[in-house]
Amino acid sequence: MAPETTAMTDTILKVEHLSMKFGGLMAINDFSFEAKRGEITALIGPNGAGKTTVFNCITGFYKPTMGMITLHRRGGRTLLLERLKDFEINKKAGVARTFQNIRLFSGLTVLENLLVAQHNALMRASGYTILGLLGAPAYKRAVADSIEKARYWLEKADLIDRADDPAGDLSYGAQRRLEIARAMCTGPELLCLDEPAAGLNPKESLTLNALLRSIRDEGTSLLLIEHDMSVVMEISDHVVVLEYGQKISDGTPEHVKTDPKVIAAYLGVEDDEVEEIEEQLDGGAV
Amino acid sequence: MSPVTEKGETSLMAKAIREGIFAAIISFFMFLLFVGVETYQDINNALVWRMRWGLLFIFVAIAAIGRFLTVAFIKPHLDARKLSKAKSGILEISTQKSFFHRHFLKIALVFLLVYPFLMMLIVGKQGSLKYVDNFGIQILIYVMLAWGLNIVVGLAGLLDLGYVAFYAVGAYSYALLSSYLGLSFWILLPLSGIFAALWGIMLGFPVLRLRGDYLAIVTLAFGEIIRLVLINWTEVTKGTFGISGIAKASVFGIWSFDVGAPNNFAKVFGLASSSVYYKVFLFYVILALCLLTAYVTIRLRRMPIGRAWEALREDEIACRSLGINTVTTKLTAFATGAMFGGFAGSFFAARQGFVSPESFVFLESAVILAIVVLGGMGSLTGIAIAAVVMVGGTELLRDMSFLKIIFGPDFTPELYRMLLFGLAMVIVMLFKPRGFVGAREPTAFLKERKAVSGSFTKEGHG
Repeated sequence: MAPETTAMTDTILKVEHLSMKFGGLMAINDFSFEAKRGEITALIGPNGAGKTTVFNCITGFYKPTMGMITLHRRGGRTLLLERLKDFEINKKAGVARTFQNIRLFSGLTVLENLLVAQHNALMRASGYTILGLLGAPAYKRAVADSIEKARYWLEKADLIDRADDPAGDLSYGAQRRLEIARAMCTGPELLCLDEPAAGLNPKESLTLNALLRSIRDEGTSLLLIEHDMSVVMEISDHVVVLEYGQKISDGTPEHVKTDPKVIAAYLGVEDDEVEEIEEQLDGGAV
Repeated sequence: MSPVTEKGETSLMAKAIREGIFAAIISFFMFLLFVGVETYQDINNALVWRMRWGLLFIFVAIAAIGRFLTVAFIKPHLDARKLSKAKSGILEISTQKSFFHRHFLKIALVFLLVYPFLMMLIVGKQGSLKYVDNFGIQILIYVMLAWGLNIVVGLAGLLDLGYVAFYAVGAYSYALLSSYLGLSFWILLPLSGIFAALWGIMLGFPVLRLRGDYLAIVTLAFGEIIRLVLINWTEVTKGTFGISGIAKASVFGIWSFDVGAPNNFAKVFGLASSSVYYKVFLFYVILALCLLTAYVTIRLRRMPIGRAWEALREDEIACRSLGINTVTTKLTAFATGAMFGGFAGSFFAARQGFVSPESFVFLESAVILAIVVLGGMGSLTGIAIAAVVMVGGTELLRDMSFLKIIFGPDFTPELYRMLLFGLAMVIVMLFKPRGFVGAREPTAFLKERKAVSGSFTKEGHG
């Protein structure tokens, strides 16, 4: 048992033979990949390739039709994500996510958004509200800690000046950063980001890259879906390419960038080049 | 005056007259059947109808003249004022608030504490009965109910149309347990709350999977089911006859308000026997219950559970992605709201001395919900103001005998209560779409506490 767990420590997420069917549509077909601990793994692919569906399966918003999603926590505990309820994925497995269309609590202030993210820790500290209502000192300490944690992430996300403003009042880029900060306040081991750079200007993109790198360097692994190739190639350690629900490439950014299958999927090819590329691919496969 | 403005003036007048005529035509057809036709029984008990042209004319004239004045004078005047304000460059948002505004809560609390004695001083002991009972206690019951429902609708964003069911559970818990087991008010008050909360959880389990309109319809159905059970379970609840002779509340068992009892409050203190003492006592009981509700709500909002309720109202999916168990969070909101409904119900039974299913019809749920929405969802102050306006306003209409001078001696203002009520609500919602107090107080802050404008908060989707 022991050697097996040590061998597993560098893998945090393992997706095996994942399939998802919506009625007659096979959105994901036998998709497998691994994400390594302490790395930024990017999942890319053309529109409609099934990236967000994979994400929703991993984070519990869809129940996959088939397949196994294994998460290895620090300390050697493994969990099967497809068997957990949606909220347990964050609570028990330590997987946090953001959304493609930002989902903030727009009527709550920025600080409150980050405090809601620490709900489970604060709930325990407040003795499921009872001790909290009695004003227990342990709860007061926990509240002070949670505000400190929020302050830390506000500073990292450059939102400290907006802490007391409603989240709905922030600019688009700031809302994206707040969503990441909020996810980080749950203390995740794996952070899943659904198109974090969508709609950002080049400058905001750069600050986002720096933020994501610093999150990785602090020990949280990242899995991200992205369209913006400058972000993907810049920061990811490992890229998985998906097309029509199937994996077409998997490797380092350099490897993926030169993979003819990926180029074909992204740019399309002339009719007379198809055979040529297919030959190449067959050769490569053997 | 320059010819240009003169021309503008005449075209404005022409427009106003045109719009006035339009309003007259539309209101004529609108009110033709509602107001113009009157049915009555003649000597042979046959139903006949006659036209009330005079009254119809008054309605049409009011509409036409009102529209004419609005277009010709009021609107240009308002526009001019707005323009001059904008030109002066002074922002309307001022941080300086008046003394009354800043100390509103303290003033309101002091006023409520002295209210019964104030009324006794002004209108005498017997005269104050009406003001303490019909206005004071009645309004405070609705304040408490609305504050309880506010937890479910205003904070957690779950649309509950059957809230009156928990009120009924509380009332019948007290009525039945006190008449069958003879338990006292002070034991049954917390028990009723607990029973109502249990009902809340029992109903909540199957119901809270639903969202939005579906949730609203099922809660409505549950409210009706409870009422129908109360009507039909005649062996226990005596059906539509209701339960009468419910024991009065006592001052913690020390002094009683029963006329024959040796420790009767008036006798002990050597006062002339009167029902005023009991009403004043009840006033303070419901005031204390209201303050308890407010205190618990304010404290809970700052607890993680309260923040989770509000987060749930804002975005349920985001809540789940952050590891919040939405089912238990919704259930706690449902149960807490139901508990306060139960408290209010047992108080209602003790005050009334009589409960019947008639008191727990859907209209009650609708009124309570209307108070919450009108007050501004989530805001305790706004809801209290709304309760005063809605409940106090309808009570006031009973006294509006001067309206008889205008509408003739047959006019009974009570009958138009609901009509005026609806009209008032439409007007308020047009001008204050987020309710009286739309802004939200944040529960935590780093540097300064800034109210969150109502335009950012969401209503919840179930």
